[in-house]
Amino acid sequence: MPKRTDIHKILIIGSGPIIISQACEFDYSGTQAVKALKEEGYEVILINSNPATIMTDPEIADRTYIEPITPEFVAKIIEKERPDALLPTLGGQTGLNTAIQLSEQGILEKYGVEMLAADVDVIKKAEGRESFRDAMYKIGLKVPESAIVHTTEEAKSAGERIGFPIIIRPSFTLGGTGGGVAYNRQELVEMCTSGLDLSLNTEVMLERSLLGWKEYELEVMRDTADNVVIICTIENMDAMGVHTGDSITVAPAQTLTDREFQNMRDAAIAIMREMGVETGGSNVQFAVNPEDGELMIIEMNPRVSRSSALASKATGFPIAKIAAKLAVGFTLDEIKNDITQETYAAFEPTIDYCVIKIPRFTFEKFPETEDVLSTAMKSVGETMAIGRTFKEAWQKGLRSLEVGVSGFGGHKKYELENRDKADLENNLKRPNSKRYLYLHEGLKRGYSVEKMFKLTMIDPWYLNNLKQIVDVEEDIIAGGLPKLTGDFLRKCKQYGFSDNQLSYFTGTSEEDIWELREKENQKPVYKLVDTCAAEFAALTPYYYSSYEVENEARQTTGRKVMILGGGPNRIGQGIEFDYCCVHASFALREMGIESIMVNSNPETVSTDYDTSDKLYFEPLTREDVLNIIETEKPDGVIVQFGGQTPLNLAVPLAKMGVPILGTSPDAIDRAEDRERFQQFLQKLDLRQPANATARTPEDAIKIADEIGYPVVVRPSYVLGGRAMRIVYSEKELQKYMIEAVQASADHPILIDKFLKDAIEIDVDAISDGEITVIGGIMQHIEEAGIHSGDSACVLPPHGLKPEMIEEIKEATRAMAAELGVIGLMNVQYAIKDDDLYIIEVNPRASRTVPFISKATGVELAKLATRVMTGQNSAKSASPKRLRSATGL
Amino acid sequence: MKALIALEDGTFFEGTSFTGKGETSGEIVFNTSMSGYQEVLTDPSYTGQIVTMTYPIIGSYGINDDDNESAKIHPPAMIMREYNAIPSNFRSTQTLADFLKNENILGIEGVDTRALTKHIREAGAMMCVISTEDLDSESLVSKAKNCESLVGRDLVKDITCSEPYGWTPNGPVPGSNFSSATHGKYKVACIDLGLKYNQLRLLTDRNCSVQVLPASTPAADILAMNPDGVFLSNGPGDPAAVEGVVETVQEILKHKPVFGICLGHQMLGLAYGGTSYKLKFGHRGSNQPVKDLSTGKIEITAQNHGFCVDLDSLNKDEVELTHVNLNDGSLEGMAHKKYSAFSVQHHPENAPGPHDSIYLFDRFIEAMR
Repeated sequence: MPKRTDIHKILIIGSGPIIISQACEFDYSGTQAVKALKEEGYEVILINSNPATIMTDPEIADRTYIEPITPEFVAKIIEKERPDALLPTLGGQTGLNTAIQLSEQGILEKYGVEMLAADVDVIKKAEGRESFRDAMYKIGLKVPESAIVHTTEEAKSAGERIGFPIIIRPSFTLGGTGGGVAYNRQELVEMCTSGLDLSLNTEVMLERSLLGWKEYELEVMRDTADNVVIICTIENMDAMGVHTGDSITVAPAQTLTDREFQNMRDAAIAIMREMGVETGGSNVQFAVNPEDGELMIIEMNPRVSRSSALASKATGFPIAKIAAKLAVGFTLDEIKNDITQETYAAFEPTIDYCVIKIPRFTFEKFPETEDVLSTAMKSVGETMAIGRTFKEAWQKGLRSLEVGVSGFGGHKKYELENRDKADLENNLKRPNSKRYLYLHEGLKRGYSVEKMFKLTMIDPWYLNNLKQIVDVEEDIIAGGLPKLTGDFLRKCKQYGFSDNQLSYFTGTSEEDIWELREKENQKPVYKLVDTCAAEFAALTPYYYSSYEVENEARQTTGRKVMILGGGPNRIGQGIEFDYCCVHASFALREMGIESIMVNSNPETVSTDYDTSDKLYFEPLTREDVLNIIETEKPDGVIVQFGGQTPLNLAVPLAKMGVPILGTSPDAIDRAEDRERFQQFLQKLDLRQPANATARTPEDAIKIADEIGYPVVVRPSYVLGGRAMRIVYSEKELQKYMIEAVQASADHPILIDKFLKDAIEIDVDAISDGEITVIGGIMQHIEEAGIHSGDSACVLPPHGLKPEMIEEIKEATRAMAAELGVIGLMNVQYAIKDDDLYIIEVNPRASRTVPFISKATGVELAKLATRVMTGQNSAKSASPKRLRSATGL
Repeated sequence: MKALIALEDGTFFEGTSFTGKGETSGEIVFNTSMSGYQEVLTDPSYTGQIVTMTYPIIGSYGINDDDNESAKIHPPAMIMREYNAIPSNFRSTQTLADFLKNENILGIEGVDTRALTKHIREAGAMMCVISTEDLDSESLVSKAKNCESLVGRDLVKDITCSEPYGWTPNGPVPGSNFSSATHGKYKVACIDLGLKYNQLRLLTDRNCSVQVLPASTPAADILAMNPDGVFLSNGPGDPAAVEGVVETVQEILKHKPVFGICLGHQMLGLAYGGTSYKLKFGHRGSNQPVKDLSTGKIEITAQNHGFCVDLDSLNKDEVELTHVNLNDGSLEGMAHKKYSAFSVQHHPENAPGPHDSIYLFDRFIEAMR
């Protein structure tokens, strides 16, 4: 069926602010969907409250409303815009919930707005526990059984129906006492007897326990002609019990025979039909009993999700884009496969590599939260890695995490040799954010795969692969540097070991291993992600590295610039930086310069295969980036948009002769290095809150005494205020030095005077080396000391004296000139008693760039890209709008 | 153990044998299924073909007792990127390496299978020699050049069953099945051109009793059994080279409903007076989209064929096109307008592959009603 011509104007609901479990993957899917619908000639109206998104860029939708996503606001927009249809399945749960409310309030009916892709009944049927279970029974599928009982007799009969093991949860008990797992009838009776006793209302809930079962997800698409295809299978490495968003997951499924996989596929298709998902993508989650293959349905989501973003990046099949086209009436066989251009979307991607997703957590920032993973999602970001084997992908994934590990084993910071057995085994048993470290340690200590399986419930297949990595590690250590040649060196690289790990095992430096690889001619090649395992020629240049024979990286001539992305989302480094990277890429395209994106974050727009001319899905480490540079030989590399991740690479890359565009690596170092920064400010006669650097706890106390409490303490070279505290007394400081951080010569602690009741100001500026233009001066609503990312801010500043604003501008210009900033710069100031203090200078994009760009209409990141590539002077950044615009 | 793969066009690839020493030859092809290596190995259609799995990690779930598609392994070798020696699956009873070693089949890993696949895609399927003994590339390439091509070779006569057999839930039973006590409602004579067990399983599930017959069984003998329908199985090689079967089919067509799959479909094409041709590198995998022209719906199919019936060679007054491959427009299914006969090029019996096309077996039951 061709596209519908009875609808013209479509309203899309975005997902609003970034929250845990709903992050920038919805910017990725929303942007794709809006572009797809516009491509078909529809007028697209968008509502999203998050300005730090590509989807809310003025050129994406026809009209964009940056308003809160509530039924009230959406109703007003519907009243004003009178769209023909609403597409609710692309804005995560927020979009779906809002659409349901609009429907229930009769607003859609009142204005004659049709809901596309899924109607309210479908959504409610999928979400209601009872209705979902009934639907599954109807098509002969099983869900974990449960029952509420009030007597042991009831419990006995319910127990027969549910099947063992059974989780017993007495209702209304103090602190959840009396619960447990019964493995047989006798235990069930015993536990229910005591549970009913303990329960204030004599009630016990019984549920089939699937702990330890294997967990799978299938990404499914359906069109109006009832064609259904499976886009991707995902196998969770962590067994049931850990939220899939917090699980390490692998694509495709590794341990299913074809027969078992096809049964799962049949079930997923039956579910799509029974639930009545009209068109689009859905996600179905399964649990499989490792003992006998028994299959249970956990849930289904009738919308694009985090998993569909991952599946799109893992296979090259753009689920959200296709979902949008299906929603307006196309069928899968009418849509071309972008990647091959000769086949259609009506097929099932087949891949010839292994993909791994590893979630990133931030427990260290919230010490009060226990690092235990369970059914509530806690991760804040994720990274994806692609390798030809699981082992290669696993090690690449770990170093992509950017948490200080450079693979599976081989990092001094995380040695666990001294942990006692009980501690080790406890951490293997209880899923936690660093379990990969304990897996390594367990295998290193010679634990058998059987024992590791009993402790972790991770499928032995994975454990055996991990053991193979550890076995090679032992060989490397035993043989030392002399053994690292020829075939053995190649095997190490094929097993995913980084130069950094190899240097650690052999007592050499990363540079030594790099040189060794040069000498031995062991270099990675780049393979294509093409949806079809090379059966058809692919046009889309989406690459990953592997130690293989044939290099598929296409040789291009002409000017090219590489953009280093921000890696996995974390607190302090998220969608705002990806926004800047994407803008840089767009600007390069406009200038006719080839853009090459390097990033490891599957949730983002930057890793969409059509954002840049070339995409390298790779870890953002020195080694991985240098390898790509050797292949691509770009004319320049942009490091100032992806946050701290690429900025940290500036100096090491420059040392290897890589041309860094914009602000020089030395200038970056001058702003980052505390002591050099101090000298820099002194030279300009600018003021800083009293501060010093401590390398030992004793140092710290001495310094704090001199400066006077309260002081702000934090480790150097971190982003987003990790482990930053305001400390009011010596006792508190001692505690901090012991518990929160371990100061050392390599990792000094910065101590600043805390300016109480000061006003904090954030300035984004752009400079071409001569002229500096202030992009925006923002005043924080909270006082100084609240991290700028957590502080609401207004633009332009209120209540600042004109002289002060002038002083701020002067200081910004002076610093930009002295540093030789070319591109973006962000400065944080504090004002106390009419004195201006410099808190921090970052010669890079900041979180506030998208905000300022949207508020003033001047696209700072694009302009900075032009400045860096020498196309424009900074002057073009200063239309009147910049001064007059207001935003919050 | 080091192994060398040499192609007749002079290209060679290095790998490692995980099944010990050996030397073998065949036509090199690739299969894009991400699961199902056991079914692929036991599919008789791969006779004479060395299979490269494009999915890089093979062996992960081992080999089990239930998923064999015939009594033995047919490809002379299987090539992969990485062999996983320690399987994990509740049904696994042995490792892939042991399975291969028992039948002296070479298993080769450590190959840049993506590069090899791209080469086959661009240069076409061709003859190849794999050796762990002769590692001289020139010598191996010249051996590959001297290999006899699959074109013009009748592979069916070597792999069809030598004696008739029947099928029970426990597997094959020798002898006649139609007279046994467990017979179903429909008697189906299956001409074994290189049959896969799942075809028999699906027929049996549909209340059929099946009698598998050697390909050389004369039409008169088949008709004398008075079956309700005749099934033509899949099989290996060049359809034009298969001796005798086309004539048998031409006779049976006039009397009984016929359902053909893959080589069986090609036999029908030839029986209708059409011709066949060799595809550049064939279709082998579990994700091929096929359109059912009667409903307009897409089914994702399992495929394994190197030859194809030429659409233009068929008399459109007699033969109706029923299914077409969405990727390359090639002929996937046809039905005779006068006789009760229909067939598909793909594998509705799957194994490995999706179950989307199983309805064709129901259509066959309808035809026998």
